[in-house]
Amino acid sequence: MLSKRIIPCLDIRNGKTVKGVKFLDIKEVGDPVELGALYARQGADELVFLDITASHEKRKTFADLVLRIAQHINIPFTVGGGISELKDAEILLNAGADKISINSSAVRNPQLISDMAKHFGSQFVVVAIDAKQVEDDDWVVTVNGGRIPTEKRLFSWAREAEDRGAGEILFTSMDHDGVKKGFANEALARLSEELSIPIIASGGAGAKEHFKDVFTIGKADAGLAASIFHFNEIPIPELKDYLRSHNIPVR
Amino acid sequence: MNIAIIKYNAGNIRSVSFALERLGYKPIITGDHDTIRKADKVIFPGVGEASTTMAFLKQNGLHELIPSLTQPVLGICLGLQLMCKYSEEGDTECLGIFNAPVKKFIPLKDVSPKQKIPHMGWNNLTHVKSPLFNPELEGEFVYFVHSYYVPTGAETIAQANYIHPFSAALQKDNFFATQFHPEKSGSVGEQILKNFLSLK
Repeated sequence: MLSKRIIPCLDIRNGKTVKGVKFLDIKEVGDPVELGALYARQGADELVFLDITASHEKRKTFADLVLRIAQHINIPFTVGGGISELKDAEILLNAGADKISINSSAVRNPQLISDMAKHFGSQFVVVAIDAKQVEDDDWVVTVNGGRIPTEKRLFSWAREAEDRGAGEILFTSMDHDGVKKGFANEALARLSEELSIPIIASGGAGAKEHFKDVFTIGKADAGLAASIFHFNEIPIPELKDYLRSHNIPVR
Repeated sequence: MNIAIIKYNAGNIRSVSFALERLGYKPIITGDHDTIRKADKVIFPGVGEASTTMAFLKQNGLHELIPSLTQPVLGICLGLQLMCKYSEEGDTECLGIFNAPVKKFIPLKDVSPKQKIPHMGWNNLTHVKSPLFNPELEGEFVYFVHSYYVPTGAETIAQANYIHPFSAALQKDNFFATQFHPEKSGSVGEQILKNFLSLK
């Protein structure tokens, strides 16, 4: 049976893992390759590495890091941050990334999703969406780490991303991110019902119950979190035992 | 041991190479017929689309070389599919090593939660047999990413279940193939690669 995926997310700045609470207050938590390998041994199903300084600084450091990750880690991983053209994606593919995640650049240039899917295959293309709830059923897509609202709305943008060839959607609720009160399950369930590609839930994990809820109520295919894993608040083996005991299929 | 990884226009071939390096081997990524023919083991990886990849294999004569190999050969993912007879993806005649078709997953209607395509993530192996799998691997999870599948049949040496049972691995004579990615399947995948490399 296909299992639900648990995905630790590592934010990278200058080659080091960092975690920002609500994308702001940043402190270092360690070497990404070591941390990633530790998570892999603990039973993480995939890893996501986001270069949070990529837009501003040279990318070479990150490509070197991706190569090191690919050499040392034996589970799939996605890389993202500042990927705005095919050439960026190709460098990361050649360094050994299994998937790339695009966010702001896809909002600004939706054709990028189509081009990436055509060149590298849909399985390589994760479209990340950061959105903020403005009314009950209305979510505004934001860019630049949640700082800038756009004209786009969550559900229509997610559908467009799928139509253009995205292989997965990584949805982060900016209202839930860093708050640790659970995921945006209602919006996630709607995404999951409306789309035919896997949905990765992000933003809000603070307790084991939140993962149970995101897989049952939120109907997500994967749950992503950062700080709860980095600070070992919820060890992955313990989380998986808990989910298994609630009849949620996990590896 | 000389291990040749067949080079062609597919994504992420290096992952396979890195996985073998982690096991202590130094594989060569090559499209050279002579090097491939002389290798002790050959790996035919693959991520991509069937018809364009088959066209590439034909341009480079690999469509004749691969079925003629006599050492142990391991196809991975698209590699497995291209070793079959025919693929619905791009209406493609394939290498015909395995006497099996490749079909598109069709999700069942009115099932909640919805069955997503591609089949992406970790799923468990059942009905394992052949030297590629030791019996302890029954029930273990491996990593899949695919939208097309091979139905179970006489050449099936492991099954997985998504929407319905399908072939997780195939074998015919010296030709082995996995639909999942052993190079991305943690310690279970490493065991399967070791089993392949210890074949005579």
